Amino acid sequence: MAEEILNISNLHVSVEGTEIIKGLSLTINKGEVHALMGRNGSGKSTLANALMGHPAYSIDSGEITYNGQPIEELEVFERARAGMFLSFQYPSVLPGVKVGTFLKKSIEAVRGEPVKQREFRNQLKAAMQLLDMDRTFLSRYVNDGFSGGEKKRLEILQLVLLQPRLAMLDETDSGLDIDALKIVSKGINQVVPHAGCLVITHYQRLLEHVKADYVHVLIDGKIVKSGGPDLAHKLEEKGYDWLEVKNEV
Amino acid sequence: MSDEARDIVGDYRFGFHDEDNSIIRFDNGLSEQVVRDISAIKNEPEWMTDIRVKAYHHFVEREMPKWGNPGILNDIDFEAITYFLRSTDSTQGDWKDVPEDIQNTFDKVGLREAENTWLGGITAQYDSEAVYHSIREDLESQGVIFLDMDSGLREHPELVKKYFGKVVPHSDNKFAALNTAVWSGGSFLYIPKGVHVEMPVQAYFRINAENMGQFERTLILADEGSSVHYIEGCTAPSYTSTALHSAVVELIAMDGAKIRYSTIQNWSNNVLNLVTKRAHAMKNSTVEWIDSNIGSGLTMKYPAILLRGEGAHAEVVSVAYAGENQHQDTGAKVHHLAANTTSNIVSKSISKDGGRSTYRGLLQVTPKAHNCRSKIVCDALILDEDSRSDTYPTMEIGNSSADLEHEASVSKVSGDQLFYLMSRGFNEQEAMGLIVNGFFEPFTRELPSDYAVEMNKLLNIKMEGSIG
Repeated sequence: MAEEILNISNLHVSVEGTEIIKGLSLTINKGEVHALMGRNGSGKSTLANALMGHPAYSIDSGEITYNGQPIEELEVFERARAGMFLSFQYPSVLPGVKVGTFLKKSIEAVRGEPVKQREFRNQLKAAMQLLDMDRTFLSRYVNDGFSGGEKKRLEILQLVLLQPRLAMLDETDSGLDIDALKIVSKGINQVVPHAGCLVITHYQRLLEHVKADYVHVLIDGKIVKSGGPDLAHKLEEKGYDWLEVKNEV
Repeated sequence: MSDEARDIVGDYRFGFHDEDNSIIRFDNGLSEQVVRDISAIKNEPEWMTDIRVKAYHHFVEREMPKWGNPGILNDIDFEAITYFLRSTDSTQGDWKDVPEDIQNTFDKVGLREAENTWLGGITAQYDSEAVYHSIREDLESQGVIFLDMDSGLREHPELVKKYFGKVVPHSDNKFAALNTAVWSGGSFLYIPKGVHVEMPVQAYFRINAENMGQFERTLILADEGSSVHYIEGCTAPSYTSTALHSAVVELIAMDGAKIRYSTIQNWSNNVLNLVTKRAHAMKNSTVEWIDSNIGSGLTMKYPAILLRGEGAHAEVVSVAYAGENQHQDTGAKVHHLAANTTSNIVSKSISKDGGRSTYRGLLQVTPKAHNCRSKIVCDALILDEDSRSDTYPTMEIGNSSADLEHEASVSKVSGDQLFYLMSRGFNEQEAMGLIVNGFFEPFTRELPSDYAVEMNKLLNIKMEGSIG
């Protein structure tokens, strides 16, 4: 039987008084990949940020349950410790904070206990090999002077190391060349069997490497159409216009 | 600990004190007689007594600085300070011979562990004088002299007489005059030609008694082609009344020598820290001030380097943390007096809970100093609306061939950074701790690793309860 991880029911979210998400419902079960597609400004990132608990995003109505429990009262770090993970579209620069230190501390924060150096080293080595990352990454400062591709790779490294139950990937494919896209996809695919996965993207191309079970189209804060992987292909061919027209009818 | 004591100590871990078991303690207050008594009790040569007395009169006549924090400076009651306190009848070479409570104090501040693991020698000063001193035999056999300053004067009067007050004359400023008049303790360090001291040596300055004035005097001479890393640490008990710490530090790096001087200043908030530090850097030498100011109520300190010889290099990396009731008025002064000299200044400050940090810097290039290079980076991080940061950079450039860079920034922790860190499992305090540790990283990476870890912990404690 499917194990439900995330359930969103009739969610309304606003930012600074403007409603962005206007009645969205979605259920994600363990092992499922849901692709959320839509144009810029359709509300994709808003949904991800609201789910992670960003204080600027206010939930006006509707319900979110994670592992069957409402999460409204949980602070951002409590959501992270409960196994929610957001791969950022624009991750922050942390000057002076070394990647290696940051990763270890983050794992410890999420697990709530110290991690043995040896165990950490082994996990890190395997994950970095998977993502074809050089060890020199570890002594650089988090996202400081990183290229777009390096930033995304570091996000996926964290995804692999933190082993979340709910992985939300916000435009992870943007700015990646085809080789980087393949590598990043390997990381995502490793996490998928153990997690519910929400992949936010403009394009179908990531979905050539990460198999989506469901594709949802978000227009103006609502899911206007859901389907299987074919829907992504159709969007690639026809764009979003045909759905918008239909929506108005 | 009583509630009252806890109020005073707050998050400061070193605010405890031992009972005052001094064997000699002067009455509070300053006069020519007090100055002469200090010199007499130490059996000093007459020339030193004369220097002291001269400096005392200069101190009396000299005006208080009108900058920095005149409000606090003008409020100092010099009659309410103890100018000399002796805790033990001599400096010991074995901890067993040091009174037990003093041993324990140096244990608690972490000095004894560091001594046993990675230091080449230490001097532990407790109020006015050193109570313990050690140096590794291999350093001694290479001719390295590392003593407390009083012993330095007794055992090497000719060297002390030649260099004492030559880098920082008593007339330099009011507090240099005060130090010269009543100095006691500090370090005397001489590195012979070509000797590289691999393990750092350390002095630790502990104030214990209430209303104490600590006036250590340090002189470091690195002879040609030698190198040394000297570290100083300091802490004090938390009292409601003021303590005064006014040191003078003089460094001379001869041709091709290298001196690194690292400071971890963590005085309690009732200490006023008014210090003059200056170095002369001769041909092809390097002087590095790695300076931190985390504690004290007011610090005014601007480590200086005079690049006197061609090809000399100056490096100043300083960090300051100004929390509640703290003003860190710090900076750096570099004088390019010779050709092809280079300098690099990095200054970082954090202001929080109404704290105030000031960067005051001077860069001078004289007309005959051709082809000099200098880079100055000043970053301030302000953590809340009540806190303040000011920058006063001064440049006097007398030679058009100079290549200068100056960058300054004032920043706040962004909501995006906090959200990002919290999404990785860090609560707000842990997130702030990471951000400030990162901000100070250009400083901590220069420290021996044990001290870098301690410094980061210290900053994390400072971030506790920081977010409303």
